[in-house]
Amino acid sequence: MSLTREQMAEIVARDIPDGAYVNLGIGQPTMVADYLRPEQGVVLHTENGMLGMGRPAVGDEIDPDLTNAGKQPVTELPGASYFHHADSFAMMRGGHLDVCIMGAFQVSAAGDLANWSTGAPDAIPAVGGAMDLAIGAKQVFVMMTLFAKDGTPKLVPQCTYPLTGRACVSRVYTEVATFQIAAGGVRVVETFGIDHDELAARLAVPLALQ
Amino acid sequence: MTATIMSAPDAVRAVRDGHTVLIGGFGMAGMPVDLIDALIEHGAGDLTVVSNNAGNGDTGLAALLAAGRVRKVICSFPRQADSWVFDGLYRAGKIELEVVPQGNLAERLRAAGAGIGAFYSPTGAGTPLAEGKESRLIDGREYLLEFPIRGDVALIRAHLADRMGNLVYRKTARNFGPVMAAAAAVTVCQVSRIVEIGEIDPEVVVTPAIYVNRLVEVGG
Repeated sequence: MSLTREQMAEIVARDIPDGAYVNLGIGQPTMVADYLRPEQGVVLHTENGMLGMGRPAVGDEIDPDLTNAGKQPVTELPGASYFHHADSFAMMRGGHLDVCIMGAFQVSAAGDLANWSTGAPDAIPAVGGAMDLAIGAKQVFVMMTLFAKDGTPKLVPQCTYPLTGRACVSRVYTEVATFQIAAGGVRVVETFGIDHDELAARLAVPLALQ
Repeated sequence: MTATIMSAPDAVRAVRDGHTVLIGGFGMAGMPVDLIDALIEHGAGDLTVVSNNAGNGDTGLAALLAAGRVRKVICSFPRQADSWVFDGLYRAGKIELEVVPQGNLAERLRAAGAGIGAFYSPTGAGTPLAEGKESRLIDGREYLLEFPIRGDVALIRAHLADRMGNLVYRKTARNFGPVMAAAAAVTVCQVSRIVEIGEIDPEVVVTPAIYVNRLVEVGG
C-alpha cells in the first residue's frame, strides 16, 4: 500500500536527528510537527523570526503578533527566542539550520529543486524564503507525491520547471518510496506498495538498490 | 537627534512623490497600518514600496496599492490567497514587481543600514532570479552580487518606545522592523505605547534610538 500523507509525515519525523534545528515549509511539511516526539528534542525554526515554535494557536491563544511562515497563529514553547529577519536568514545561509522540509514540483537526480514557480507565462512570481532555505539548510528533505496527476514522474533527470536551488536536496519522501540523493546518484531507501522493478520502469532516473 | 513624537498625519509628511518607502510587517504581523492609512490620506504617489508581501485583503498596504500610489513593489512573496488588489494591478500592467528571495531582501536592507556597498549571496544562484546579476565562484561555490536597498522613509511598527526612540517589539511582529529602521533616511515607527526615558531596560532594547526619527503612539 502506498502511504497516506499522515504516514509520510510520520516517516519524515522519525528521520529527523535528535536535537536538530528544523524549518518546516508551508503546506504538507507542516504536518511533520504532529509526529515529532518530545524526547527527540527537535527545535522548530520559522523564518519570520522565531526558534522554539509550538503547535498552532487556538481560541484565546491566538495572537496576531505570533504567526508561522504561513501567517497562521502559533504558540511559543519554553526556551523560544525571537529575532529579526536578517538574523533569521543568516541562520540558514550560515549553515546553522540542520534540516528544512519543503514540498516540490520537481527534484532532479542531482538534487536540484524546483518548487517556487511553474514558469507559466501568466503566473505572478513569488519565492518567499524557498531559495534561501534550499541553499542554506545542511539537509533539505522534500515531501511530494512521486507522480503528477497525469502520471508523469516528479523525480526527473533534469528539472523542466524554474529552479529554486541547485544540488541541494538530500532526501525525497513520496507516497511510494523514499530516496536518498548523494554524489553517487539516487538510492532507493524504502518502498511502499511498489516493487523496485516497477519503480525503475516508471522513472527516467537510474536507481541504486537499498 | 532623538525621536520626535508626532501624529500619524504629520509623521508621514516625510514621504514625497517618487520616494522609496520601506514598509515593515510579515503579512499583518508588524504592519504599521495606522501609518499606511495616514500615507493614503497624505496623497504621495509614484512610490516604490519595499515590503515582504504586496498587501493582504483590502486594508493596509493593499489599500495603498488600490489607491494607485505605488509604481513598483519590491518584495519576496506578492502572491497570496488574499492579495487580490496586487494581483489585479499586476495583471493589468499597472504595477512593476521585483521579486527578491526573502533572505536577500532582508540582507540588502541590512547592508543599506550598515554602509555595505554590495555583498555576495549564494541564494538564487543557478535560478531564473540570477539573470543579469554578476556572479562569482568563491571556494568552489557560486554567489551573486547583491546591492543594498535604501529607503527614503521607513514605516514600521514596534510594541514599546521610550521618548528617545528606543524600540522593543512583540514576538514575530519584529520581522523586518530592525533592518528597515536602519536602512532609511527617515524612520517613522508606530507603537502601542510610549514610555518615559529609563523605563525600558537598556539590555532589552532591540532597535536603538539612533535609527528612529519619528514616533507615533496609536494605542492598542
